Amino acid sequence: METFWYAIVTMMLAMYIVLDGFDFGVGILYPFIAKTEIERRTVLASIGPVWKGNEVWLVVSGGLLFFAFPKAYAAGFSGFYLALTMVLWLLIVRGLALGLRSHLNHPLWRQFWDIAFSCASLLLAIVFGAALGNLIRGVPLNPKGYFFVALWTDFTPGPDPGTLDWFTLLMGLAGAAILTLHGANYLAMKTEGDLNARAAASAKRSGWLALGLTGIAMFAIPFVQPALRLNYTAHPTGYLFTAIGLLALSGTMVFRRRQRDVAAFATSSLFILATLGAVAWGCYPNILIATTHPENSLTVFNASAGMYGLSIGLWWFLCGFALAMTYQIYVHRAFCGKVRLGPDSSPID
Amino acid sequence: MESALLYDRLQFAFTATFHYLFPQLTMGLALLLLYLRSRALWSGDKQYLQVALFWTKIFAVSFAFGVVTGIPLEFQFGTNWARFSNFAGGVIGQTLAMEGLFAFFLESTFLGVLLFGEKRFGLRVQWWASLMLFLGSWLSGYFILATNAWMQHPVAYTVADDGHLSLNSLSGLLTNPWLFWQYAHTMTAAVVTSSCVMAAIGTFYVLSGNHLAHARTFIQTGVVAGAIACILMIFPTGHGNVKQVFEHQPLKGAAFEGLFQTERGAGIVLIGQPNTETMTIDNPLVVPTALSVLIYYDLWAKVKGLDAFPKQDWPENLPLLYYAYHIMAGLGTVLAAVMTLALVWLWRGRLFTSKPVLWLLMLCAPFPYIATTAGWMTTELGRQPWLVYGLLRTSEGTSPLVHSGNALFTLLGFLGLYLLLGLVFIILVMEIVRQGPGPVPVTDDPTQTTGPTLY
Repeated sequence: METFWYAIVTMMLAMYIVLDGFDFGVGILYPFIAKTEIERRTVLASIGPVWKGNEVWLVVSGGLLFFAFPKAYAAGFSGFYLALTMVLWLLIVRGLALGLRSHLNHPLWRQFWDIAFSCASLLLAIVFGAALGNLIRGVPLNPKGYFFVALWTDFTPGPDPGTLDWFTLLMGLAGAAILTLHGANYLAMKTEGDLNARAAASAKRSGWLALGLTGIAMFAIPFVQPALRLNYTAHPTGYLFTAIGLLALSGTMVFRRRQRDVAAFATSSLFILATLGAVAWGCYPNILIATTHPENSLTVFNASAGMYGLSIGLWWFLCGFALAMTYQIYVHRAFCGKVRLGPDSSPID
Repeated sequence: MESALLYDRLQFAFTATFHYLFPQLTMGLALLLLYLRSRALWSGDKQYLQVALFWTKIFAVSFAFGVVTGIPLEFQFGTNWARFSNFAGGVIGQTLAMEGLFAFFLESTFLGVLLFGEKRFGLRVQWWASLMLFLGSWLSGYFILATNAWMQHPVAYTVADDGHLSLNSLSGLLTNPWLFWQYAHTMTAAVVTSSCVMAAIGTFYVLSGNHLAHARTFIQTGVVAGAIACILMIFPTGHGNVKQVFEHQPLKGAAFEGLFQTERGAGIVLIGQPNTETMTIDNPLVVPTALSVLIYYDLWAKVKGLDAFPKQDWPENLPLLYYAYHIMAGLGTVLAAVMTLALVWLWRGRLFTSKPVLWLLMLCAPFPYIATTAGWMTTELGRQPWLVYGLLRTSEGTSPLVHSGNALFTLLGFLGLYLLLGLVFIILVMEIVRQGPGPVPVTDDPTQTTGPTLY
């Protein structure tokens, strides 16, 4: 049962990264791809109807983590206190930028929010990569199950690590490259003409960057946290995730070359899902790995809520999830297709 | 650590109070929007549709601010209240996770339909979307109040070996007896807020001579719904809440009524300043025996005062709690009076020409916000010194390793950021109001926005 919930929470988080990930990528590319005001508005319109809904996945994932593993939720959120609070601020600033920039027709006003939107997107992409790096590296949990890490200490993943060290920064950059690739694929799928061509070119470039950085990070993982390799040696089925990930990434590059926009986006989504699946496989059963003493690690077994709660949660989760997916797919189908700005593009605009 | 506790509390109080300014409008508006959409669908009247579209825009802005200020609250359970999350997560994790899954997806998806789908979906689908939006926002309120009700009146839990709680009955948690009156009262108050705002913007248009036809619909809808909701807010929901406080949390009741000594035939203090030195009310204006009558329906019933309880269990900030309750009750009464007056004038067909009453309606718009905030302060300050009533003290719920420097850093950051948010919200709403309801002039140049955009 605990394992099942571990899988569900991982899946929800991975879905969040896939969905909000493309609008972070779009944000990173935004100043480089959109040259004119009409292009900027087209780019923004491509994520306009979906980005708020995508953030709901973060809220739901957070809620499910709290519900299934309250002890890990308490430890993790208080331990990454500053980093998480800043993530919140960045999300708020990014939302403000998206909401506000088109309200006032003054070039300085729009420039300011454009830059804020792009910077916040880039920082968030780096932070989410670094967060994954922190989960892999582990945190200095005390015997009571709490820890506190500063934003940075000496930038080495030693016994007193910060949120940022060379490894988590590397993961952050890899995350930013992957989400840029993903966002470029999304944008190529949603646009036509010049924008489509520029997005496709960025996807190729960021694809190579993502491939390189992910390769280095994978090579570095065993030196930072040997536990993952032990897990893989014991349960080699997990290499399936790695294989799917690699296949999906090469698939993206191939589809990109053939200008198959939708297939490229689908494969970069799959790549993200598989990568996160691979990490989750390697970390299991740990949710938070202790760098202090292995016994302090918070696992799915010692951090979970009571059995009754988890079992009954399964029922409402399956019902609620099926329901949510049904109407989401129904609505998303109505919004799919290329974005064209025009007097009748949207009632509010 | 002492000061970390203070900053943790201030930060949660500030962010939660600020957050609730937005959902109280959207939850109420969701009901009014459903009404307007139903009228539009069944009568085919274009005007109701235009009114509904106008309020959907206001709803969308308020909803977006509710979402961005709501995420920090969920995070703060973990960041600032880790020991509380650890202690109670096995129970309240249920309702918080259910809120996300059942309510947030529903709301965000169908709001998207209403905002971006006017051309893609027919009126009937839009009506359904409006119904789903209403369901989503009222469900969201239900789950979050179930969480709060549990903190006020913990039920359906067992204590595990490690001292933490786990749930033993989901239906028990969702049908917490405390929840009934709290939910009824809170949702009625949300309808009051949205009705007052709708009526106030209508009066603004009438008084300034713009959009007269639409403004009348605003005022009619706002005044009728507002008058009904104001009455329901006082009786039975407000009354039910006070009765249940005196039944389960008599100490809180004594504190917010300013009842220092146990009395037979206790009165209700209307105005007066609590003096915690002498344990009396200065300059009191009292309705004799009213409290005994209201709570126990008996002129000479005994009501327990603060002196009946050990001092370490008293809420820390007695005067603030007392004032919060009196501001809530006072403003609630004023609102009920104004709304009833406006309803009578509407009934007699004199409302739209009576300038003083229109002015009064317009100026009342901030009152429901103040009253609701004061109401929440009453509930939450009155729960102190407990975080989970009778089970966990607030001082035992904080994050053990987050020191005061970090907590103050984020508190200051939230203060600054929310100041900006508040200003921006006002600008956005003013822009929508300036533009007004009705058909929007269409421009061919997509770089020229005529209305507020959502991206």
